[in-house]
Amino acid sequence: MKQTKNGKAVSFNKWGYIFLIPFVLTYLFFQLVPLVLTIYYSFITYYEDGLTTVRSGWNTFANYAYFFKDTRLVTYGLNTIIMWIIGFIPQILVSLLLGAWFSDARLRLKAASFYKVVIYLPNLIMASAFSLLFFSLLKDTGPIHGLLANMGIIKPTEDLFKNVWFARCIVGFMNFLMWFGNTTILLMAGMLGIDQSLYEAAEVDGATPTQVFWRITLPLLRPILVYVLLTSLIGGLQMFDVPQVLTQGKGGPNETTFTVIMWLNRFSSGDKDFGKGGALSVVLFIITGILSMIVYKVSAGKQEE
Amino acid sequence: MANNNTVQLQMDKEKVTGGIRVRRVVANVVLVFLCVLCLIWFYMLFVNATLNHGQLTSGILRMYPGTNFGENFRLLMGGKQIALTEITPEMRAELSEADIAKIEAKNADLQKQIDEANKTPFIKLIAHSKVWKGLLNSVIIAVGSAVLCTYFSTMTAYAIHCYNFRAKKFIFTFILMIMTIPTQVTAVGFVRLMRSIHLHDTFLPLIIPAIAAPVTFFYMKQYMDSTLPIQIVEAARIDGSGEFRTFNTIVLPMMKPAIAVQAIFTFVGSWNNYFVPSLILDSAKNKTLPILIWEQRNTDWKNFNMGTVYMMILLSIFPVIVVYFLLSKYIVGGVALGSVKG
Repeated sequence: MKQTKNGKAVSFNKWGYIFLIPFVLTYLFFQLVPLVLTIYYSFITYYEDGLTTVRSGWNTFANYAYFFKDTRLVTYGLNTIIMWIIGFIPQILVSLLLGAWFSDARLRLKAASFYKVVIYLPNLIMASAFSLLFFSLLKDTGPIHGLLANMGIIKPTEDLFKNVWFARCIVGFMNFLMWFGNTTILLMAGMLGIDQSLYEAAEVDGATPTQVFWRITLPLLRPILVYVLLTSLIGGLQMFDVPQVLTQGKGGPNETTFTVIMWLNRFSSGDKDFGKGGALSVVLFIITGILSMIVYKVSAGKQEE
Repeated sequence: MANNNTVQLQMDKEKVTGGIRVRRVVANVVLVFLCVLCLIWFYMLFVNATLNHGQLTSGILRMYPGTNFGENFRLLMGGKQIALTEITPEMRAELSEADIAKIEAKNADLQKQIDEANKTPFIKLIAHSKVWKGLLNSVIIAVGSAVLCTYFSTMTAYAIHCYNFRAKKFIFTFILMIMTIPTQVTAVGFVRLMRSIHLHDTFLPLIIPAIAAPVTFFYMKQYMDSTLPIQIVEAARIDGSGEFRTFNTIVLPMMKPAIAVQAIFTFVGSWNNYFVPSLILDSAKNKTLPILIWEQRNTDWKNFNMGTVYMMILLSIFPVIVVYFLLSKYIVGGVALGSVKG
């Protein structure tokens, strides 16, 4: 009897493998093989020059040397990080505040679900369409530019996109607008998961809402804050659509809004240098890999608790 | 003494509720402000799509809709605007009779083209329009991705959730590890590979990879952990249902809410994606909306009709806004579910 039961269990469990086949095959072919190819290209000379393709073997890290011979990688990396920070600081502050309000049972915001729906909306909007809209409104013949000029804030002839910090702040602002709703909902979920009796105890002890926030909510929220921070950083490193469309792919003014992925895009669609593109991809892969490991550790640690 | 205490308590209570009332007002004011900040752009977009080129480039901010909505839509669908060459008195003085006659003949020809273009039925314009084709391409790719992604991610999650096999723990850990790898880092190899097997400039490389979506898998797994007891599967087995049939007829229907949420996310992600499609799709007939928007941004602005630009943006984000407001309840509730357990 026991024998057949075991035998049956084994025969069912082979279905686990069968159901995994589509995922594994697709992953191998469309993600793992491309990843291996990318790494392989990063070690060889491989580019298109007009109609001819030049391809030769191992080139002793020449592709990697290209990225470390000048400071462009650092400059573009810093651009990316700066624009990410400009967006992330207001994003996390606003999200913490809104998350605290939404999860506060005593506050009872009547329109809470409406607010959540609206603030999440920008996250779903096509980033390139959103950027084109911002560009059209702010460019030197656009209506917002006209309004600012009429109010005397800027000169009528001034092109706002020629101003380094304006251009960066617009990218940061758009990132903020697109992501603060998402972060709010994540943090709110984290706050709702905190044991309510702690709040009740604090209330009995006469703690103010500010004290409750700093002494109870924030420390208990740390794992999810780390998660939000790192996933946002990984997303931030991939920043592409917004500056690409806002600056016509040039990262202007003077490449101060040029990001790493915009550079990578050039090796694929402009210069067609797959060796160098591969090397840049590998560098990015290593950076995101390290960040991902931290995310994984944090999440896994949290699940054990 | 007892009386005093009651009064004191009552006063405390009033103070607290008073504080709450102030905080509630502050919270509502801030939230209304943020909602306006989120929505104002869409309102401006709508208003601008109803204005003509002259109004849009005058540098005056208009907050009320104009009358040019239909015309902008027709222009966007009809392709290029045809502009006649204006013959100024200076030109008459400078140019010879023959040259003037040439320009006039050309103008007459263009006028004929304009008349001809206006004769074409509107529906025919739409059918031949590049933007319409882009919209259709985007729909095909996004719907295809959403269907494959949700079906197979559920299947993968089911395999991990329901069966015990030797490689289970390894595969689960592996999928979690690859979850945060951005698609951009494999793009170089991906595009080369698709070219070498002649799949570039087709929709397949943009649809099929959706089968292996670690984030959707993780979400489905989380959802199954909380809603799919293994006993249901065992009961189906006793009733003689095959494993594949159990999955399709019992598990899938139970997963409907999660599938709905993830279908929307995958649809939107694919709909908005620019990076990979721009590297895969070459020919004009295959381009998707984000690529057309990027091309719009790259055209010469001096010769462009801004009304059609705003119409184009409206057209690319309007479908998503409609779907979102119809299903917003599920989406907002579902976001937190897929993250790390709260």
